Amino acid sequence: MSGFDETLPDDADETVRVRFIVNGRKVACEVAPRETLVDCLRNALELTGTHAGCEMGACGSCLVQLDGRAVHSCLMFAVQADGARIDTIEGLTESGVIADLQAEFHRRNALQCGFCTPGMLVNAHELLSQVAQPSREDIRDALSGNYCRCTGYEAIVDAIEAVAKARSEGGGAS
Amino acid sequence: MKARAFSYFRAATIDQALDAHARAGEDARFIAGGQSLVPALSLRLQAPRLLIDITHIDELRGVRRDGGYLRIGALTRHCEMLSEPLIAEFAPLLHAAAPFVAHPAIRNRGTFGGSIALADPASEFPAMTLALDAEIEIAGPSGSRRVKADDFFVELFETALQPGELITAIYVPLFKADQRFAFDELARRRGDYALVGCGMLATFTGDRIDDIRISFFSVGNTPMRVKGAELTLIGSSLDAERIAAAQAALEGDLAPPDSDEIPPAMRLHLARVLLGRLLGRLCEGE
Ligand SMILES: Cc1cc2nc3c(=O)[nH]c(=O)nc-3n(C[C@H](O)[C@H](O)[C@H](O)COP(=O)(O)OP(=O)(O)OC[C@H]3O[C@@H](n4cnc5c(N)ncnc54)[C@H](O)[C@@H]3O)c2cc1C
Ligand code: FES
Ligand code: FES
Repeated sequence: MSGFDETLPDDADETVRVRFIVNGRKVACEVAPRETLVDCLRNALELTGTHAGCEMGACGSCLVQLDGRAVHSCLMFAVQADGARIDTIEGLTESGVIADLQAEFHRRNALQCGFCTPGMLVNAHELLSQVAQPSREDIRDALSGNYCRCTGYEAIVDAIEAVAKARSEGGGAS
Repeated sequence: MKARAFSYFRAATIDQALDAHARAGEDARFIAGGQSLVPALSLRLQAPRLLIDITHIDELRGVRRDGGYLRIGALTRHCEMLSEPLIAEFAPLLHAAAPFVAHPAIRNRGTFGGSIALADPASEFPAMTLALDAEIEIAGPSGSRRVKADDFFVELFETALQPGELITAIYVPLFKADQRFAFDELARRRGDYALVGCGMLATFTGDRIDDIRISFFSVGNTPMRVKGAELTLIGSSLDAERIAAAQAALEGDLAPPDSDEIPPAMRLHLARVLLGRLLGRLCEGE
């Protein structure tokens, strides 16, 4: 993109200091206002589990939790998240809240290249925290903004359905 | 692609936001949910020098009753249209339309005010404000005014909003016991923009329609009421013949533009199919 930059207004690439709580830890970093949250997470904070695919809200590979809700980190600038709590796939993994989903994805081959998987898991996690026993239709609906180029989706829906069932039967999945 | 460089200002009040915009002039944009603006910046379809973040302005938040209206703050997120009990009770048409707006994660960020300001002719909510006879509250350098939805949507992505003006709330007349509504859309996949969509609100005496407002989206340059079809229905009860007459009237009401996606005749056909279905549901008293 550097070719465009000659035409920038002088002061515009000044950086600003932002603070957020990322995966439970307080973080401060310097960002240019035009830096998206996904770029900030991946480049400045080296949290590369959040993927950048289309960078226009279409593919769902960049989903993170912002103050507890799934959002596209390519559809916001890091400055907008100043003061917010952000949980990425790394944080959700560390805390163990999606361990059963991850195990079930693994068991059922619900991933191949894995590019879409962090986004799928963030969305599945949000769905299961809102609806205890979603139908397959509900699951497909929740994943309508997540592209997977490999699996054909069926195994992903199976995995989420199995975890929902296992959770509501009281135990963890598998 | 990455956005062109810009400066960022987080406004705490409506006055601060208006003032910042007035000083920056044409080169500023308000950002709400960012779900339409951020892609436009990333693709460099727009390249403002200043972004004014309005999401921390408390005055733009909240849903409450105000006289005969439900006042829906501009920052009400699409997901709140689903979760807020006042919306389900007093603006059920918006509640019914909300699951069709984009995908869950986009609904977590996108705002009602942003959707109305953008006025995408393929969007659900702008069209529903027409069916609901809603009013848009606008704050600008010279004070505040309310514009009827009927007068708000002017041309493709063009509204009654003047540069630097802010939508503060949308006022929706409270849903009444003698009213019925219906909503649906035809899309290739859930969450996609509709090929054709429609919502309607009717007031009944017994089986007779006293008044009805029907609004389509994805049929032209703006969301559109179909007044010819409305007129064929007012004063009568809904039977197969009336419904067919209303469907026939669409030919005079709609002139879908030629698009790469689907030919105008097919869009008109889909509009007729959808109208028939929705009137059928109204008839069943849904
Ligand atoms: C993949 C994808 C799919 C989508 N599918 C749909 C869909 O099916 N249906 C649908 O309706 N939408 C859809 N959207 C768009 C989404 O609903 C947006 O949230 C909405 O159109 C804009 O709201 P926003 O708050 O995000 O506005 P922003 O993106 O922040 O702003 C949009 C425009 O409105 C202006 N603006 C925002 N708020 C105000 C205000 N209060 N006063 C004055 N101007 C204001 C901004 O300056 C900007 O020009 C989709 C988006 C994506 C990325
Ligand atoms: S990278 Fe965010 S949706 Fe594709
Ligand atoms: S596993 Fe490759 S994109 Fe989903």
